[in-house]
Amino acid sequence: MNKNQILLAHGDGGRLSRNLIEEIFAKAFANPELSPLADSALLSLSKKKIAFTTDSYTVKPIFFPESDIGRLAVYGTVNDLAVMGARPIYLSCGFILEEGLEIEVLKRIVDSMKSASELVGVKLVTGDTKVVEKGSADKIFINTSGIGELLEWRSMKKPLKPGDEILVSGTIGEHGIAVLSARGELELKIPVQSDCAPVWELVSMLYQEKVEVKWMRDPTRGGVATCLNELVLGQKFGVMIAESKIPVLDSVDSACEILGLDPLYLANEGKMVCVVKKGEAERAREIMRKSQIGKNAVIIGEVISEPAGKVLVSTKIGGTRILGMLAGAPLPRIC
Amino acid sequence: MKFLEEFRDLDLAKKLAHKIKETAHKDKITLMEVCGTHTMAIHKFGIRGLLPENIRLISGPGCPVCVTPNQYLDRAISLSFQKDVLVSTFGDMLRVPGSSMSLESARAKGGKVKMVYSPLDALKLARENPGLKVVFLAVGFETTSPGICVTLEQAEKQKVKNFWVLVGHKLIPPAMEALVKDKRIGIDGFICPAHVSTIIGLAPYQFLARDYGIPCLVAGFEPLDILQGILMLVEMIERGEAKVKNQYQRVASENGNKNAQRLLEKFFEPVDSEWRGLGIIPRSGYQLRQGFEHREAEKMIPVEVEETREHKACRCGEVLQGLIEPKDCPLYGKVCTPESPVGPCMVSSEGSCSAYYKYVGI
Repeated sequence: MNKNQILLAHGDGGRLSRNLIEEIFAKAFANPELSPLADSALLSLSKKKIAFTTDSYTVKPIFFPESDIGRLAVYGTVNDLAVMGARPIYLSCGFILEEGLEIEVLKRIVDSMKSASELVGVKLVTGDTKVVEKGSADKIFINTSGIGELLEWRSMKKPLKPGDEILVSGTIGEHGIAVLSARGELELKIPVQSDCAPVWELVSMLYQEKVEVKWMRDPTRGGVATCLNELVLGQKFGVMIAESKIPVLDSVDSACEILGLDPLYLANEGKMVCVVKKGEAERAREIMRKSQIGKNAVIIGEVISEPAGKVLVSTKIGGTRILGMLAGAPLPRIC
Repeated sequence: MKFLEEFRDLDLAKKLAHKIKETAHKDKITLMEVCGTHTMAIHKFGIRGLLPENIRLISGPGCPVCVTPNQYLDRAISLSFQKDVLVSTFGDMLRVPGSSMSLESARAKGGKVKMVYSPLDALKLARENPGLKVVFLAVGFETTSPGICVTLEQAEKQKVKNFWVLVGHKLIPPAMEALVKDKRIGIDGFICPAHVSTIIGLAPYQFLARDYGIPCLVAGFEPLDILQGILMLVEMIERGEAKVKNQYQRVASENGNKNAQRLLEKFFEPVDSEWRGLGIIPRSGYQLRQGFEHREAEKMIPVEVEETREHKACRCGEVLQGLIEPKDCPLYGKVCTPESPVGPCMVSSEGSCSAYYKYVGI
């Protein structure tokens, strides 16, 4: 153990803790709300209605193609705000560090969080650091909470109706495959990068163009299949999507075939699924396509009246099947 | 995707479905897809919905996880609790409930269980952890067993002393014979497993056609493969012809994979073996041949195994024989779900109940 590594003393509230906070966190995230380093950040908001969310990040490995746990911790939480129709404003950040973590690694992650939050225009205003004994955590866990100001978007309050159309903002499954591949257990190098990105830009564009969006989600764990199931659960409508319309990169598709996985259940970290009023889908698609992260946006299906509460898929060969909720982590098959 | 999309063509699928309907005149034609991957594909692509009502597809026992008896699992779980043993396994064995717990819950209780993607990874684990006895759960049909042979060959060559296998391998053709003999099932034709056939070739199915008059058809796993396979079977059934035919010629050949067969012959010999739901089937399993027994965990790492208990109401056995559909089991969708499976058919993604739950619902 040396001075380049995180020690238990970095979390004991003494001088080392102070140094870590000042040298790494306060420096990277400097802003008027954070800089007093007081017990709470004092915030001002212009809207009455806010969105508030929290998420913890324990991804393994902590660095994966084109992204890392820090970027994920920022985008994951701001995406949860964005898809509720809220402009991300503030973030809090809690770090659980494993004793022995290289300080250089922590710096890389913090830098990545800094650039991610700058890109979205969100301020990291309060935080906390704890250090646990070696073996009690896996390198680094991050929790972020976020506050966003709710946009006045009347269509978001309207009920869904049969005929309303469903879009996805781009190709699906990349994050799931990238992380699986980066774990290095597969003896299989899959050239897939995580799609980790903020979707706020897409939300903001749709809002500015007054598209009648009724519902949005970011299909993270459990993928598009799970988020559509959440949409129909206990409702008087169902949805039907067309398998042939689902955008999947060839590399993801091939990896799924080999491993026996279904891209519809794989995690995404920079995608959005939305339902728009009937007749608005093509306009929504063209607006999203103007953005780099929405350039592969497509209409994948629609809301149907029967069967209620179910997600149906019309298959490529003309059959129909039910797309259920994911039950437990997908397990690779024997043969 | 190249070489896959071609086999998922909508127009061709429609034409094949139409042809099947025109050809199938009998009141009732019962076809069994033996292999779990076929069961999955049939559900995933919605193939049943394309078939006429007089064709009934029933799922067979071709899911290795599903047919592995409780006792095997109980032994694996017991091994995982030994101080110096690490049990390595393919992923879908993890959640299968044994008599009192699964490997996944054994791991949570401190058992050493590691998921691997290949038996060679398990051998690597053994090399990297010389202080541990690494046991690989050698489960699967003729598709999987040659990979175990290669691993054992490597283990011998590299003189890895701390690597064992717990052999639970099964052979498909003897199980098919057991199913044909059971008159309750009434199988008119078999859709034979694709990848098992790439190893064993067509010859091992000949007795089914010759002695029992059951047409057999080796089909690939893509929707057009399956539809064409069904058409070929229906044509034979309508003509009263019983032959072994091969739709999957791009991969499976008449004689199979001779190298793989040589390896199987070298390392294993057939023994009577217990199948969950089907009981003991003569010469339907493998054991290591003399000269390789020192790699068998059951013999070399003796452990106490708890008394086998099965859930009384679980009807996986009948599901595996195609006697009932998953929804006919009283536990299905109520007590037994993919989140908390009671029977093995609900665990593996290839299990009939799991496929049914996922694609058809409750």
